[in-house]
Amino acid sequence: MSSLRRRKPINESSDSKHKAEEEDEDHDDVDADGDDDVNGKNKKTPSKIKKKRGEKPPKQPKWSCMDTCCWFIGCICITWWLLLFLYNAMPASFPQYVTEAITGPLPDPPGVKLKKEGLEAKHPVVFVPGIVTGGLELWEGRECAEGLFRKRLWGGTFGEVYKRPLCWVEHMSLDNETGLDPCGIRVRPVSGLVAADYFAPGYFVWAVLIANLARIGYEDKTMYMAAYDWRLSFQNTEVRDQTLSRIKSNIELLVATNGGRKVVVIPHSMGVLYFLHFMKWVEAPAPMGGGGGPDWCSKHIKAVVNIGGPFLGVPKAIAGLFSAEAKDIAVARALAPGFLDNDIFQFQTLQHVMRMSRTWDSTMSMIPRGGNTIWGGLDWSPEEGNSCAKKREKKNETQIADQAGSENAVCKAKSANYGRIISFGKDVAEAPSSDIERIDFRGAIKGHSAANTTCRDVWTEYHDMGFAGIKAVAEYKTYTADSLVDLLHFVAPKMMARGTAHFSYGVADNLDDPKYKHYKYWSNPLETRLPNAPDMEIYSLYGVGLPTERAYVYKLSPHAECSIPFKIDTSADDEDTCLRDGVYSVDGDETVPVLSAGFMCAKGWRGKTRFNPSGIRTYIREYNHLPPANLLEGRGTLSGAHVDIMGNFALIEDVIRIAAGASGEELGGDQVYSKIFNWSENINLQLDEEIPVHSSS
Amino acid sequence: MKAEFYDFYCLSEMASVLRFRKLCYVESAVKCTSVGYESFEIDEKLDKKEEDVLSANNFALEINKKRKQPKRQPKEWRCLDSCCWIIGYLCTTWWLLLFFYHCFPVTLLRVPELPGPGVRLKLEGLTALHPVVLVPGIVTGGLELWEGRPCADGLFRKRLWGGGSFTQIFKRPLCLLEHLSLHYETGLDPQGIRVRAVPGLVGADYFAPGYFVWAVLIENLAKIGYEGKNLHMAAYDWRLSFQNTEIRDHALTRLKSKIELMYISNGYKKVVAVPHSMGVIYFLHFLKWVETPPPMGGGGGPGWCAKHIKAVMNIGPAFLGVPKAVSNLFSAEGKDVSYIRAMAPGVFNSEILGLQTFERVMRMARTWDSIVSLLPKGGEVIWGNMDRSPEEGHVCDFSKKSHSKTSLTTNNVNNSDLKRGFLVKDLANYGRIISFGKPASILHSSKLPTSDSKVFSRTSTSENFNNFSCGEAWTEYDEMSRQSIQNVAADKAYTTTTLLDLLRFVAPKMMRRAEAHFSHGIAENLDDPKYNHYKYWSNPLETKLSDAPDMEIYCMYGVGIPTERSYVYKLSPNSRCKSIPYQIDNSVHGEDGSCLKGGVYFADGDESVPVLSAGFMCAKGWRGRTRFNPSGIATYIREYRHKPPTSLMEGRGIESGSHVDIMGNFALIEDIMRVASGATGDEIGGDQIHSDIIKMSERINLGL
Repeated sequence: MSSLRRRKPINESSDSKHKAEEEDEDHDDVDADGDDDVNGKNKKTPSKIKKKRGEKPPKQPKWSCMDTCCWFIGCICITWWLLLFLYNAMPASFPQYVTEAITGPLPDPPGVKLKKEGLEAKHPVVFVPGIVTGGLELWEGRECAEGLFRKRLWGGTFGEVYKRPLCWVEHMSLDNETGLDPCGIRVRPVSGLVAADYFAPGYFVWAVLIANLARIGYEDKTMYMAAYDWRLSFQNTEVRDQTLSRIKSNIELLVATNGGRKVVVIPHSMGVLYFLHFMKWVEAPAPMGGGGGPDWCSKHIKAVVNIGGPFLGVPKAIAGLFSAEAKDIAVARALAPGFLDNDIFQFQTLQHVMRMSRTWDSTMSMIPRGGNTIWGGLDWSPEEGNSCAKKREKKNETQIADQAGSENAVCKAKSANYGRIISFGKDVAEAPSSDIERIDFRGAIKGHSAANTTCRDVWTEYHDMGFAGIKAVAEYKTYTADSLVDLLHFVAPKMMARGTAHFSYGVADNLDDPKYKHYKYWSNPLETRLPNAPDMEIYSLYGVGLPTERAYVYKLSPHAECSIPFKIDTSADDEDTCLRDGVYSVDGDETVPVLSAGFMCAKGWRGKTRFNPSGIRTYIREYNHLPPANLLEGRGTLSGAHVDIMGNFALIEDVIRIAAGASGEELGGDQVYSKIFNWSENINLQLDEEIPVHSSS
Repeated sequence: MKAEFYDFYCLSEMASVLRFRKLCYVESAVKCTSVGYESFEIDEKLDKKEEDVLSANNFALEINKKRKQPKRQPKEWRCLDSCCWIIGYLCTTWWLLLFFYHCFPVTLLRVPELPGPGVRLKLEGLTALHPVVLVPGIVTGGLELWEGRPCADGLFRKRLWGGGSFTQIFKRPLCLLEHLSLHYETGLDPQGIRVRAVPGLVGADYFAPGYFVWAVLIENLAKIGYEGKNLHMAAYDWRLSFQNTEIRDHALTRLKSKIELMYISNGYKKVVAVPHSMGVIYFLHFLKWVETPPPMGGGGGPGWCAKHIKAVMNIGPAFLGVPKAVSNLFSAEGKDVSYIRAMAPGVFNSEILGLQTFERVMRMARTWDSIVSLLPKGGEVIWGNMDRSPEEGHVCDFSKKSHSKTSLTTNNVNNSDLKRGFLVKDLANYGRIISFGKPASILHSSKLPTSDSKVFSRTSTSENFNNFSCGEAWTEYDEMSRQSIQNVAADKAYTTTTLLDLLRFVAPKMMRRAEAHFSHGIAENLDDPKYNHYKYWSNPLETKLSDAPDMEIYCMYGVGIPTERSYVYKLSPNSRCKSIPYQIDNSVHGEDGSCLKGGVYFADGDESVPVLSAGFMCAKGWRGRTRFNPSGIATYIREYRHKPPTSLMEGRGIESGSHVDIMGNFALIEDIMRVASGATGDEIGGDQIHSDIIKMSERINLGL
């Protein structure tokens, strides 16, 4: 508008002639219109022009802003349509030509390559998607969700999140008490391969793997996506949807229709734990389990190929539950980083998200398991001596290169105390344990804060804690994996009461204890035995070479009124101890630390142990992360990141070979880049069955 | 979404562009006036004015031009300019409207929709009880690509058929035809192509965007508590013969396992199956298959159906076949079988496939075994012979009412010359399913030439030079000589029995392939061991129902719509290479009150399936204890009289009786829901009959 205002004076001052001209023109027009009848018969062309002229002048004054706008929009539209038309007319292989012209010939996708080698579909394949990646659709909803029947609420375009955010949050939440559907709302998992092939348009999860498997002959009858509602606790998926029964029946069907060939199961992320639960469930007798009998797994499963499996939980889950702040839990955050921080929920995004995600029992399955034995105590951790220099060398493009030399020396001297998963303040995180004064928070009285009434619908359990409780939490200074569970019990008693009915985070002393027959232990590899299936193989495939959240430095949130009282202290940085933005990171795949993904296969289950009495063979396949070479590669064919690894060609090749019948030895056995074996050595976990009592000391 | 985003983009761009254009405006204005003055002095008056005005109008666009320019140039610019301008206006208004549309509360714009029966029945207290299995019919199921030729690049796991838009058909029609065709000899996949059924509810909820098939039923079932665990869509590749779906995809085994799973996981509640159209005979096949011992069947044992199935609610059942399938196979001309014809009538007549649409479509359709399953079954006993038919005396007044607009005009033109010679009011001889020429369809059989149809000799296939000149788009007609084509037409009229001979004659390979999977006769003695073969399983006249006395069978179909019953054919006028030599004689019309129109005799039905085919088994063939129904399974007929939608707002109508639209018929949905939540046939009111089905069935002389 300002430009318009400026125009007039210039016009007048520079060109008064022009104005006169215009008047003159108007005058002429009257003439011309009068002449029309006279001249019209003799000269056709001029009269035509005149007619047009007769129409035009009245428009002339308007031919300024609006018209220019419209003209411009018109131009753009036309170009757009033209481009669209060209795009549609373009042969489908054109983008590939362009890519190849720029980057050189692409390597054959593994499916094509292996087909040339003569591989064919052999074992049926079952996919078990992880948390967040599976689609959810609406079957019954409140009024605000009208018209969304059988439309995706999760996965797909997420269009509704932006349109009616509160409604969406309401429908995605579960009941706070039961962890099941709230009254009048039924949100169910999408079934079939479409459930998790793409998370959002263009953001593949399983699609690349499916496409490559299809190359060697896989199709619907030999592939099955074990979609489940990832918000529920594992046993509840059976209670509500009979999901476990469906998976059992489908696996049996796959085996029966494919000539008795056993299935290859490919769980990803939380699906790993889910499938662990399934394997126990299916062999357990009927009322609680699936009644498949003690040899069901050995009869039906050839191999379990775990991709990025958080066997022992992920520290991220802590941050997620504690302050809704971890970099993901929800991949959505990575996808739309601005989304959670902007104002669409009226400043309370995080609380809403927290409230929603705290109703999801499944997030509690990812809390670190095994306590201090696995994750380290106040003064030691299995990753001790891990230096960040290695990582920095890889990234020295962005960082100053000359630091590297001097740092190596410092790093050895000063190592991060990874065992302290949450510390309040950087100094606490670094101080030796003897210097920390801790006041036990467990007995602290929770005061009633006034905030409870003013915060209306945005309700997290923090409002029941009161200031005294919050202070007590901060006073305890630092938390290890053991005390973390207590901490969560303290800050969110209702949620944890629900969660501990379904999950357990300990290490079993004596696996023969009848209490371990309860389903809450089934998804914890440290409290269950693997099934009796000596021919089965268990793989752990995961990416390494990415900094992964391992421990956090927290602070009290400055304004404690209606918000979450704790916050990651993003100001805490320490180049030497891998501390950046309040997060200590270790090697991993950006979500799952190597320790969690690899320990069971490296040590816990290796050989005949008490967790693996039948001696199921285990293999570790690590994939070193390499970022995509250029933009055209998309998310990269060599990525090691938690989800992107599903497009890693080396991983896909391994999976296809296993599906086509290869054994672990034929693949090349272990393939290890990280220090997982060293770290596993550091963990002092009793593995022999013979002396269970002794291990407790 | 895209438009909105784009709008936003434009607006942000606008400011900077305006600033730029303002400068140009000023500069060019000076330029133009000076040009105008020059011309005023030199040229004659008119020219000056023209130039003047033009330049004044278009100075904005002269930015890029030099000072001296030809006079004609501005004129060109103006046209383009105003085009842009108009489009700009249109777009802006469009976006504005779109914006307002999105701003409106959802409820305001919602078409005042009648609450479906689901809401009402929920208030009545109905809840999900029995798991429901939906079995889609022919054509309505989606198909997706798993492996294809290079021309289908980028379509991996994309829908080739149904569900999405059919844009691919328009984009690469020949490629699509190639991929949708099956192997002509085996009836299975051609080499290097794998097209598979889309699994799950999405497989057949919508056929095209906005064109529902199962969606309305699903939505209403969901209202009373159905969801993924107790609602299953038994998607199968509808192009294959039924047994081949098992051989290639294990579709029957999957269905069996699914039903067993639902039975167990829903508290041992039996399943209600809801098959539609061809799904009806598919499910019939399944019921036999599942109890047959393993090598050929599913090995469920003789009690399987009794244990797992509560009711089979057949919608628009094509038990005894549909005459439409005949015309489709014979000349690719039936009004549908494939609904696309109704949906995109232009497609087949346009030239996108290079003038040979019909031939190519026919070639494709003939590779689909399933169409053969829809040929009329039971021969002359059911469908009538040369001189009698069960529908005898049917008056087609109803058709005139609903179609009065179109038929009146056409009748007036044709009546004068057609009436001559026929003093007798032409009673339709429905039994003659194909007649060549109107006389052949009307005259008494004794007056017809009596050339024996059975001695077709497929003369001189090798002599036929057409074969070589006619490129790749061959149908089996190209292997026939002119002479034999003439012979077929000379025979004048065919009944259902002779029709099969005719098809065997004109398309021997197809029939040989398909008849290994389907049979169209009537069993004399059902205990004959040959009836254990799977090819008889989908023919209700050649199988016994399973031993499940508690099961219920419903026949639910629309009535009150004229339905194709028999055809008047003629030789195709252009006998050029590769064309189909026969076509329906569109010019043949009957008098008022006759059922002949456009070369087609109509009878009562649901637009695709005649009442006879849909209702006979439930009305007579299976009623009580018959040899086809030894355990006396209860049968119910539920007819729904067709009422066209009263207003445009209703879409395809809530009381429609037509073959596919009936899936949105509220009365039918209510019946299904009541049965699914536990009601028996008697509780929902037993039979509900509007047509003459009982009378027709009486006339059929079938040993029971």
